[in-house]
Amino acid sequence: MRAMVYRGPYKVRVEEKDIPKIEHPNDAIVRVSLAAICGSDLHLYHGLMPDTRVGMTFGHEFIGTVHEVGPSVRNLQAGDRVMVPFNIFCGSCYFCARGLYSNCHNVNPNATAVGGIYGYSHTCGGYDGGQSEFVRVPFADVGPSVIPEWLSDEDAVLLTDACPTGYFGAQLGDIAEGDTVVVFGAGPVGLFAAKSSWLMGAGRVIVVDHLEYRLAKARSFAQAETYNFAEYDDIVVHLKRVTDYLGADVVIDAVGAEADGNLLQHVTAAKFKLQGGSPVALNWAIDSVRKGGTVSVVGAYGPVFSAVKFGDAMNKGLTLRMNQCPVKRQWPRLLEHVRNGYLKPAEIVTHRFPLQHIAEGYHVFSAKLDGCIKPLVVPDASKA
Amino acid sequence: MPYTADKHQRRESSEELRDRIPGWGADLDPKDRPAVPRERTDLETGAHWDFPDRQPEKWPRERSVEHQFLPPVFGTSTPPRGVSGALRKYAYKYSEGRAAHWLILLAADRVDACGSHLRSFLTAHPDNPVTETGVLSEYTHHGISSRFGKKRADLSHLWLDPLIVAGPWLLAGWLAAAKLKKLRQRRTS
Repeated sequence: MRAMVYRGPYKVRVEEKDIPKIEHPNDAIVRVSLAAICGSDLHLYHGLMPDTRVGMTFGHEFIGTVHEVGPSVRNLQAGDRVMVPFNIFCGSCYFCARGLYSNCHNVNPNATAVGGIYGYSHTCGGYDGGQSEFVRVPFADVGPSVIPEWLSDEDAVLLTDACPTGYFGAQLGDIAEGDTVVVFGAGPVGLFAAKSSWLMGAGRVIVVDHLEYRLAKARSFAQAETYNFAEYDDIVVHLKRVTDYLGADVVIDAVGAEADGNLLQHVTAAKFKLQGGSPVALNWAIDSVRKGGTVSVVGAYGPVFSAVKFGDAMNKGLTLRMNQCPVKRQWPRLLEHVRNGYLKPAEIVTHRFPLQHIAEGYHVFSAKLDGCIKPLVVPDASKA
Repeated sequence: MPYTADKHQRRESSEELRDRIPGWGADLDPKDRPAVPRERTDLETGAHWDFPDRQPEKWPRERSVEHQFLPPVFGTSTPPRGVSGALRKYAYKYSEGRAAHWLILLAADRVDACGSHLRSFLTAHPDNPVTETGVLSEYTHHGISSRFGKKRADLSHLWLDPLIVAGPWLLAGWLAAAKLKKLRQRRTS
């Protein structure tokens, strides 16, 4: 089969690999019909995540058709059209039994601080991902779900990470009716977080980024008020000014490890890997939220230390909430929202790359060229 | 607004927002939010085991010392190999709480990348930095017009990217050329 393969920082290519095999009785092998490149894939691509090995296949957002199932699989059969959450989880450990699927304890030998994620380095378990023609899906009775017939492939693939993560980020904010919510980052997760904030009853939703085309999308897709931080000497002061000098009730960090806006932070973290991530957005969140407010973090950071302004968070009495999204827990409600037309995930898709052109896909997404917001990867070139 | 006990001034009422934004307030009640409360024990996961069957361990699988035992299911992509593999195995002697663990793993990643590039030149499919970086998409996807005149904050460090991507290749080329030159000088003398 053909699969995307990491060749070192900023380099990927397509190689022939063996089709994955059933390695556990509850495994399934899924033939991938559509995958996506996630903003967090760029942290791997840029060499920021420790234990990212040459030869690994990335991709934790994908859907496909069941090709083969292991002997203990009861809920799926060959031919089923399935969407697969980015979390790999057993469904039975202490954490899964409490709904914390993203914190599963039975799927990641390499680290206890994070669960299992497809194609996301050995730090997240060493599983190959779905930017390929086939992928091994562990715990087939627990993770994947059959896609409802009415749901399009593009909507379904966005329900495997970006859309539920944004929706989860808004929930972590504990938004109350009329709250002012600021979202840092107008990428896919930020757009869904902003849109979801209205569903929670926000009175005002503000999105901050430095890419004008993404801010335009935040206005049209998420009906948000927007600010380009590059236009302000100090975006925190500006946010205070527009929130009656109290600060926002809730701030969502949907940027993560490669945040721009402070040259020193960005270069030391994203370029020279001296921090686990550039905490610019997180520090702005801490500074721009009101005292006693909530900061929700769904942007991804590496496991190495970052220079976070923790003292301000303490002095302001903030609630800091964060986690990788337990995707499957969000699906029943999200499917209602999609069916009712409240959320239209596929509207953020801007590019479709055939698998053989995936290196261009990574570069275009990474360099933010051509108005790229969400690139999809199509294994069957005739459908790209 | 003076610093009184009032909340933010609302720009739009809830009714206005409900009219303007489809779905506004659909999850206003926390009971409708699937992530609330954070921990729930009433969810059906599909698991039909108390503890999963164990996947065969085909090579000594590196694992965090913070685990009591090897978890039953794990990824089998890219087993550790060579110098980078030895570094990785060494890194796993340290817990996740130690900087040494992560910094050695990052160092192993760089050794892995260098070694893999060198090994690729002995194969029929050598690394090609032009195709593998996707840099040609700069021409096909408006590299210049996407960046300039757009108030992008990342322009301030744009110059670093070619150095980070091409720098190691140029350095390796220069070192190889210098070595060759030295060898030639030795032969001629």
